[in-house]
Amino acid sequence: MADTMAAEAATHSAPREEHRTSTGISNEKLAMWVFLGSECLLFGGLISTYMFNKGRIGPGDIGPADVFDIPFTSVSSFVLLMSSLTMVFAVSSIVRGDLRGNRIWLATTAALGATFVAGQVYEFTAFYSEGLGFTTNLFGSSFYALTGFHGAHVTIGIIMLMSLFVMSLRGNLGPERAEKVEIIGLYWHFVDIVWIVIFTIVYLFPQ
Amino acid sequence: MATVTPDPQDTAHASDEHASGGGHAHPTDWLYVKVAIALAVLTAFEVFTYFESLHGWGDTALIIMLVLMMLVKFFLVVAFFMHLKFDAPIFWRLFMFGVVLAMAVYMLMLTAFRFW
Repeated sequence: MADTMAAEAATHSAPREEHRTSTGISNEKLAMWVFLGSECLLFGGLISTYMFNKGRIGPGDIGPADVFDIPFTSVSSFVLLMSSLTMVFAVSSIVRGDLRGNRIWLATTAALGATFVAGQVYEFTAFYSEGLGFTTNLFGSSFYALTGFHGAHVTIGIIMLMSLFVMSLRGNLGPERAEKVEIIGLYWHFVDIVWIVIFTIVYLFPQ
Repeated sequence: MATVTPDPQDTAHASDEHASGGGHAHPTDWLYVKVAIALAVLTAFEVFTYFESLHGWGDTALIIMLVLMMLVKFFLVVAFFMHLKFDAPIFWRLFMFGVVLAMAVYMLMLTAFRFW
C-alpha cells in the first residue's frame, strides 16, 4: 500500500510539460494572443493621443522638429528589429534541442533590447536637456507617455528573457518547454511591431 | 492545426511539431534571415524617404509611402517571426480583432475631435 502511494506520488511530482487545453490549442498561447490583442488598444490609445496632441504647442514652444534625431532613432529601430531575428533563432534552437544555442540567442536578444532601452534613456536625457520635460507641453506629455510605455514593455521583455536564460542555466529549460520560449517570443515580437508603428508615425511622419 | 506552405526549402522542420497548441512547423533559419534583410531594407528606405522629403516631396505622398512600408514590415513580423502564417487561424483572428478594434475606436475618436 505504502509502495503504491509512493509510486503515485512520484508519478504526480515527475516533471511533465503537457499542454493544458480545452479547445485543441494551448491555453497559454491562446492567452498570450488575447493579451496581445488587448495591448493593441492600449498602444492605439497612446498613439492616437500623441497624433492629436503633437501639433498643440504654442508659438516658439519646443516641438518634434526641434528635438528629434532621426539618424540616432533609426539605428535604435534597426537594433530592435534585429532583436526579433535573434529571438526567432532562440525559439528554433530550443525546438532543435540546441540548449547552448538557445542560451546564446536569448542573451543576445536581451542585450539588443537593453541597447535599445539605453538609447531611449539617452534620447530622453537629450530631449530634457533641450527643454522638453514631461509637463512642458502636450507634445512632451504624449510623447514621453507613449515611448515611455513602450520602453517599459521592452524592459519587461528583457526581464522575461533573462528569466528564461537563468532557467536554462539551471537545467530547467529543455526542448519540452519550447513553448514557453515561443510565448515570450510572441511578446517580444509584439513590442517590435509596436515600435515599427511608433517609429513611422511619431518620428518619420512630416511634423 | 494549421498547414504549412509546402516549400521544402523553407520548411525543413515540418516534422518538428512540438505540440505548441495547434502545433506548427518552424521555417528554416534562412527564411528568418531573408525576412530580417527585407525589414532592414524597408527601414533604410523609410529613413531615405524621410530625408528625401526635405527636397520637396508632398506630405500626402510621403505619408502614403511610409504607411505602406510600415504595413509591410508589420505583416512580415506578424506572419513569419510570430508564426501566424503557419499557426492555428484562431490566433490570427484574435490578434486582428484587437488591431481592427483599436483602429476603429481611435479613428472614431480622432474624427469626433475633428483631427482630420
